[in-house]
Amino acid sequence: MAAQIAPPDSDPAGSGTERTELDRVVIRFAGDSGDGMQLTGDRFTSVSAFFGNDLSTLPDYPAEIRAPAGTLAGVSAFQIHFSDHDILTPGDQPGVLVAMNPAALKANLKDLLPGGLLIVNEDAFDKRNLEKVGYASNPLDDDSLEGYQVTRIPMTKMTIAAVKDSSLNKKEAERSKNMLALGVICWMYGRPLESTIAWLEKKFSKKPDIANANIAALKAGHAFGETAELAAYSVKPAILAPGTYRRITGNQAIAFGLIAASVQSKVPLLLGSYPITPASDILHELSRYKNFGVRTIQAEDEIAAISMAIGASFSGHLGVTTTSGPGLDLKSEALGLAVSLELPLLVIDIQRGGPSTGLPTKTEQSDLLHAMYGRHGESPLPIVASYSPPSCFWAAIEGARLALKYMTPVIILSDGYLANGAEPWRIPAVEKLPQIPVRFASQPNAGEDFWPYLRDETTLARPWAIPGTPGLEHRIGGLEKADGTGNISYDPDNHNLMTLLRQAKIKAIEEDIDPLEWDGDDDAKVLVLGWGSTYGSIGAACRRLRLRGIKVARAHLKHLNPFPKNTGELLSRFDKVIIPEMNMGQLSKLIRADFLIDVISINQVKGLPFRAGDLEAEIERHLS
Amino acid sequence: MSEQDPTGERGITEATGGVSTLTRGDFMSDQEVRWCPGCGDYAILAAVQSVLPSLGIPREKFVFVSGIGCSSRFPYYMNTYGMHSIHGRAPAFATGIATARPDLNVWVVTGDGDGLSIGGNHLIHALRRNVNLKILLFNNQIYGLTKGQYSPTSERGKITKSTPFGSLEAPFNPVSLALAAEATFVARTYDVERKHLPEILRRAAAHRGSAFVEIYQNCNIFNDGAFVGLTGKGGSGNRVYLEHDKPILFGPDNSKGVRMGVDGALEVVNVADVGLEGIMVHDEHHESQSLAYALSRLASGPTMPTPLGVFRDVEHPVYGDGIEHQLRTAAEQQGPGDLSKLLNSGDTWTVG
Repeated sequence: MAAQIAPPDSDPAGSGTERTELDRVVIRFAGDSGDGMQLTGDRFTSVSAFFGNDLSTLPDYPAEIRAPAGTLAGVSAFQIHFSDHDILTPGDQPGVLVAMNPAALKANLKDLLPGGLLIVNEDAFDKRNLEKVGYASNPLDDDSLEGYQVTRIPMTKMTIAAVKDSSLNKKEAERSKNMLALGVICWMYGRPLESTIAWLEKKFSKKPDIANANIAALKAGHAFGETAELAAYSVKPAILAPGTYRRITGNQAIAFGLIAASVQSKVPLLLGSYPITPASDILHELSRYKNFGVRTIQAEDEIAAISMAIGASFSGHLGVTTTSGPGLDLKSEALGLAVSLELPLLVIDIQRGGPSTGLPTKTEQSDLLHAMYGRHGESPLPIVASYSPPSCFWAAIEGARLALKYMTPVIILSDGYLANGAEPWRIPAVEKLPQIPVRFASQPNAGEDFWPYLRDETTLARPWAIPGTPGLEHRIGGLEKADGTGNISYDPDNHNLMTLLRQAKIKAIEEDIDPLEWDGDDDAKVLVLGWGSTYGSIGAACRRLRLRGIKVARAHLKHLNPFPKNTGELLSRFDKVIIPEMNMGQLSKLIRADFLIDVISINQVKGLPFRAGDLEAEIERHLS
Repeated sequence: MSEQDPTGERGITEATGGVSTLTRGDFMSDQEVRWCPGCGDYAILAAVQSVLPSLGIPREKFVFVSGIGCSSRFPYYMNTYGMHSIHGRAPAFATGIATARPDLNVWVVTGDGDGLSIGGNHLIHALRRNVNLKILLFNNQIYGLTKGQYSPTSERGKITKSTPFGSLEAPFNPVSLALAAEATFVARTYDVERKHLPEILRRAAAHRGSAFVEIYQNCNIFNDGAFVGLTGKGGSGNRVYLEHDKPILFGPDNSKGVRMGVDGALEVVNVADVGLEGIMVHDEHHESQSLAYALSRLASGPTMPTPLGVFRDVEHPVYGDGIEHQLRTAAEQQGPGDLSKLLNSGDTWTVG
């Protein structure tokens, strides 16, 4: 249910606390994989979004579900950047680090800003935990943390004390310590507890003991902040465009976008998917919406998943398959078939670090060339890329629009950062969503015959005649088809013609997509060009450069194939084109090849988004 | 705008019943059939084209799906909807079709290489899910389209181009495999059996859920006579026709029979030695597939007494029906999907 709350109160406790006003804060919650840091971060995000801040988040967790407790490998972190103004990234370096154990401290301290706030669970700094990560002495007791403002809180002991009246044993009780940490942070930043309490009551409605323990810990943390007179801050709500907002992750936005595309086109959705990180949440999400007629099949493998989707498309549904790099590898052959069959299909690739299994939970943009060329033969298809968590909603609808209008498979590229990261989303009015008209063939189109490859003259799309339509029975397959009739043809000239037609159909989409827009200084000589999830980092870096009086322009590609029609002309207006990518220069290669522009490539593959500061320095280095 | 309803809300077509004015000719496409002269596939094509008109299902409701291989050219020759897909994946494409559209009658045509080697995974999972598919596996124990390599059903020791010193691999028994994969309908017949083949096809068509039919098919180019010990003139003594609720008898004057031996394995006996009451009575509807499985192991090759007919025919929940039920229930309980409500779900806040 949509909940409406009273206007935010920067002094929720009503205690008259003096709060230092800040324009933005970056907090990182870090702990063991079992400590519930993702949940803590998620709750704080929710509270801050509700409060009206702009925000951006970066969950960063290990691939192992439960790496050995207390080790560096098991550290799970969640970073949130929230502000009173429009922000673009989850923040380069946190100013506040919550470390639940020595491993979390060791793994994250290097990122904490000098002089930053360090809040630690001192109970976890025992000999065993310190030894596990190679601390010879307790950093809380020596002078190694001198450059930071350290707040030691006995979180474990306080949690156990707070929930002593419950029936939980000590081990169960301890598990609420993440809520104690959340309570402390909520007090420090003036965040009310009510919505978290309501959330806990709902989540643990069948386990009231656990709900009560968590609530007690949350309140104890909040009370501790007040009585210990911890530093108190406020970050006012951001001035955002009027509208109704919600918080959304990229994967959730894709699921919503797919459902919206199905509603707008009146074509039912069928998802074939095999679980894979970081794409599985789309399968989970879509599986919930059966009342929209969404069919989901957890397939036996990646190949079956796309094959089921293609089968559904043949039958008049919008077939969708969701995956990540290793799955895209496996789907290549079936994707080539979809190119040949000329059926609408969405392949959604949530990119992660590669090659091979690579970095399953970390982000990367290294599947672009795979999406472009990862099939044998000449097999072009449109590629759409989301660039922020909310834009995943647009990408799904745009991908569906192109797939249905041009009868083609479309690859939608997102990545691990967009998939799991959250931002506020101004909810669009359903009336403003694009209509996606779809016509199934109902009549013979060649005298008394039906020719499945007789194309629409404008779009070059072939007709979509679905089983169950009398008189339009036809066979299609992976063998080359004769132009028009669709019968098997090994004729050399026909193959040449069909190859050209398939290419021309995709190329012509450039007339039907938004031109590439740019912003920045009118007299800028340098353009920073990006695609995908670097949108925020590039935007923040350029904003910083311009604030320093350095002239720069930026543009961001949302369609990677075909490129918007004005791309070459726009790029040629600038003396230099710089392309930062989380890969070894894949867009750079395409731009060089298509437009003969010798772009400058900035590359990083660390499994994490670019830091705006790093990017600012790198861009500046290339300006001279 | 077409009146088509791709949601499949029109309900489920019964596989049998109804009156049809269709003839075999209505199911023949205008494409020239290009199998080798003498190939067993011709007989199977003719049988399918002759059976479909009798099912009372409109032609436009049929979809034939195949993978890659000689048998997989089948859809091109059927004047129905059809898809010639990629190697081994036909059961997965067909699962998508049957799940999207429960009103369609979906057939998969595959071979021993396509269905049991590269596509083995999809075959077993389609059977396990009990998707409403009729799966015809043409077993010729050889790779034909790639010109004569051994297949997963080739006998051990098989000399082929890729095994000049003999194959070292044990073959699959497709009926055993299907039974072990929880198939709810499993049958075997052979290409030139003019009465039995159409009857088995009709039985498969009548089954709701996955129906798996192994069809022994002669490849007269690369593996000629592989089944002659069963299908040839002298093979009648090896044909063990299974009939529900009847003792399993075969041979001259039904003088031989099948019974369960003391070690639990089935054995061939002379009826005169054990009496008719000692012979196993076939029960294709038995909930456990144990006896059907034992029957599938009676012969280790088509030169021995080989059961033909329906091994198993049981009713289990059908995958697509389950999905439709969940969709209907969700719509009843939550109301039909409301996009605006969905987008505005969760915690929202208003600015301005």
